[in-house]
Amino acid sequence: MSVATHETSMGLDHRKLAMWIFLASEFLFFGAFVSAYLLYLDTTNRGPGVEIFDIPFTSVSSFVLLMSSLTMVLAHNSHVRGDMRGMRLWILATAGQGMVFLGGQVYEFTVFFREGLDLTQSPFASSFFFLTGFHGAHVFIGVLILLGLYSLSLTGKVKVGQDVKTEMVGLYWHFVDIIWVIIFTVVYLIPELRVGG
Amino acid sequence: MADTTQAGAPAEAEGGADGHHPTQQEYIRIAVVLAILTALEVSTYYFEFGRAALPLLIVLMAIKFVMVAGFFMHLRFDTKLFGRFLYTGLAWAVVLYTLTLLVFVVDANQ
Amino acid sequence: MAMTTTPTTGAPTPRFRPSSREGILSWIGTTDHKRIGIMYFWTVLVFFAFGGTQSGLIRAQLAQAEQSLITAEIYNQMFTMHGITMVFLVVMPFAAAFFNYLLPLMIGARDVAFPRLNAFSYWFYLFGGVFLYSSFLLGGAPNGSWVGYAPLSANAVSNMAFYAVGLQILGVSSLASAINFITTILNMRAPGMTFMRMPIMVWMTLVTSFLLLFAVPIIAVALFMLQFDAVFGAQFFQPASGGDPLLYQHLFWLFGHPEVYIMILPAMGVVSEVMPVFSRKPLFGYAAMAFAGAAIGFIGFGVWAHHMFTSAIGPVPRAAFSVATMFIAVPTGIKIFNWVFTMWGGKIRFTTAMLFSVGFVSMFTIGGLSGVMHAVVPHNAQQHDTYFVVAHFHYVLFGGALFGFISGVYYWFPKVTGKLMDEKLGKLHFWTWLLGFNLTFGPMHLSGLLGQPRRTAVLPEELGGTVELYNLLSSLGFVVLFGSALVFLYNLIRSLRRGEVSGDDPWDARTLEWMTATPPKPHNFDEIPTITARDEFWHRKYAEDEQHVPVPVPAGASVDTDEHAGHGEHIHMPDASVWPFIHTMGVLPLGYGLVYANWWLIGAGVVWMVAGFFGWIIEPLAEGDDDEPATALAAH
Ligand code: HEM
Ligand SMILES: [Cu+2]
Repeated sequence: MSVATHETSMGLDHRKLAMWIFLASEFLFFGAFVSAYLLYLDTTNRGPGVEIFDIPFTSVSSFVLLMSSLTMVLAHNSHVRGDMRGMRLWILATAGQGMVFLGGQVYEFTVFFREGLDLTQSPFASSFFFLTGFHGAHVFIGVLILLGLYSLSLTGKVKVGQDVKTEMVGLYWHFVDIIWVIIFTVVYLIPELRVGG
Repeated sequence: MADTTQAGAPAEAEGGADGHHPTQQEYIRIAVVLAILTALEVSTYYFEFGRAALPLLIVLMAIKFVMVAGFFMHLRFDTKLFGRFLYTGLAWAVVLYTLTLLVFVVDANQ
Repeated sequence: MAMTTTPTTGAPTPRFRPSSREGILSWIGTTDHKRIGIMYFWTVLVFFAFGGTQSGLIRAQLAQAEQSLITAEIYNQMFTMHGITMVFLVVMPFAAAFFNYLLPLMIGARDVAFPRLNAFSYWFYLFGGVFLYSSFLLGGAPNGSWVGYAPLSANAVSNMAFYAVGLQILGVSSLASAINFITTILNMRAPGMTFMRMPIMVWMTLVTSFLLLFAVPIIAVALFMLQFDAVFGAQFFQPASGGDPLLYQHLFWLFGHPEVYIMILPAMGVVSEVMPVFSRKPLFGYAAMAFAGAAIGFIGFGVWAHHMFTSAIGPVPRAAFSVATMFIAVPTGIKIFNWVFTMWGGKIRFTTAMLFSVGFVSMFTIGGLSGVMHAVVPHNAQQHDTYFVVAHFHYVLFGGALFGFISGVYYWFPKVTGKLMDEKLGKLHFWTWLLGFNLTFGPMHLSGLLGQPRRTAVLPEELGGTVELYNLLSSLGFVVLFGSALVFLYNLIRSLRRGEVSGDDPWDARTLEWMTATPPKPHNFDEIPTITARDEFWHRKYAEDEQHVPVPVPAGASVDTDEHAGHGEHIHMPDASVWPFIHTMGVLPLGYGLVYANWWLIGAGVVWMVAGFFGWIIEPLAEGDDDEPATALAAH
């Protein structure tokens, strides 16, 4: 780990390279969930189906997550410029938006439970909760990491000039965001077309 | 990457363009575009687009994806290798799972 | 020694850091890829003993028709745990042992890219194994076979929750290693070590790691679904509510077929290193070898449904997957011919290592041919779930992967220990191993074609005397193998204690790992070599005369053991750290919590792991932080 970037064979930072490799594999992970969801779209076992979605509500929380990518990249930008106060501020903003998104998900799940859609209701329900739930878990981990980064920058473990650290966190965060870009369209909007909302 | 080349890296080692990163204003402009695209997506829920809706949604999704990956994840300014990883992973997943779903539909009730 | 491998900067030594290189703590805290490789190896041997015992029970039960030495329930647990153990706790980590030990040495690096992550992988593997085996004490081991087909496996009586969670843990270990190794290979090659100069073993490490990278996430999803079906009442594979068991089969084999290449490619790498050395010739068709390996990996993703020919998939997919499967035989055949041509016209030395490699090529070819037979759909309908399939995959896994790995053990033992393994005992081991192996698995081809079903606790009498005879032979074969394994173990331990001293280059080898001290120092190379050729070490030792006969270069091969080389240079070596160990231990409460749906345990595990992770990242690194600005750069 201590090898400086310019000593590596490809002139790349180990950690960034590793992060990109990891993200590549995550597509196979989420892809399997998406396939199960598409396969079971109509397998509702006489329970609620896609018509249960609250598109306006989900649109808002999707928008919040999308904008958290902006604050994330601004945090990195501040870090590069050596503006640690700005970086911390934007990190907190990002984590905050992540938490809003998670709160929205908790709310959404609760409403669905009340309306009779829970994990055990049908293959459709299981695959919906799994896909969005595992994405939520990724967001949750992201929030933890963001808060970790925030505190480490306070204690001086993350310093000016170590912006690769913020960049790494950012890569993960943006990735979770682009996965949601896909989910929002494939899980919510496209099936909703058939319902004719 | 500006931050890595500062350490005195040999220039030839750097795979990608050493182009400047966007400024804060540019990032915000990108975010505004993303917001507009999202609004367009959501509009398919409120208005009838007919048969255009599905391709429209997919194209919008792809544009958003590429924009976030390209600007926010710096793919446009970083070495090409990173982008190759990302899009190989994506393509691989799409191909494998499409095949899988096809196996479910192609004369499954033989 | 002039060189310091322990950090000398003024940073405080963290409290829990083991500072010595001896004692149990130094192993728990090690981040040295060589020591981690050694730990993988010994752990593999232990699990091999377990898996072997289980297969012994299976063979005892089937030695005669209508026996009931063990109940059907125990029988099911035995074949399930045998399969899981051999695949996930023996063959895969055996490959990891080689990768760990050899990869940095072969590319001229001082360690892997992320030494602590590497330790993490090992501990996850160990705890995953311990977790799986603890099921024996907690109400019975998984009994739904290593493929764990749903919905049967989602049923509580199958104890498959342990399988689902245990394999998940092992998957994390594999994924972390894969990322680590890919980064290492891409980014840490010595100057001049281009891709086309890398040893084939390194190529196979790269391909295997990519297969893991893309295959492990798929089974992760399958296992999550299975586990939630089993424990939390999800409906993924429950036909009653419309769930489709085929989804499980698809996800499993989307992983499962790449998995078989994950198991065989490393052994192919080993053999590709051993054969040229003992034939005194460069590997025939290097580029073809590298690309055939990559092609196998690539096509290997597109053939999974050949395991499902007898499931409900339509004729068009069947035909397509049948053809795709047969295509894999092409790159595989290329490899086999290349090994043969490597030996062709060479000055062959039949050391034990070489014998095992030749054994690999011959046994694997047999297994490959029966594989092509399965690929023929009508054939498959006849063979599926019979002992014919059992014969097939043992010829590729045992005759293939395991023969290759054992060849590697004999070949690299001197590198690791500085001592040679006994060749007489080695040859005894090889011939009994070959005999026992063929005696055990050869007859299964025939009994399978005569209709003996696999995964069946009792051998039915109505199959007739011939089938009974074949089974008796198989069981006798097991006895031979058991004896042979004891010879191997004895040889290992004896050679460790008082084996002949090997010197630095006992085999007149070709690749970089032999160019440094034996056993290697913690930092591998005093000076990172500059690579000018494939088979670098060989080219430093020999030039060619006009007839292309190698002639030794006088004093050409200075083995890098000079105590004073690189005098005064400060080599940065990764610090020892116990945090990976502490962090990964949290997976045990988490795992039990998931199996028993106990939220307290789950919470405890998560908190433990998060805390361990923070301990890990805030641990001061004495050698300076990764990208410590200004101050640390000055200290470089
Ligand atoms: C020439 C290459 C190969 C071909 C064409 C091939 C083909 C097949 C086919 C078609 C099956 C399904 C049989 C059935 O259950 O009906 C099968 C099963 C199996 N193969 Fe291979 N195979 C090849 C190489 C390998 C290798 C290299 C390994 C492992 C190192 C392997 C391990 C297995 C295992 C473990 C099974 C049994 C799976 C089960 O439990 O059903 N195969 N093979
Ligand atoms: Cu297969």
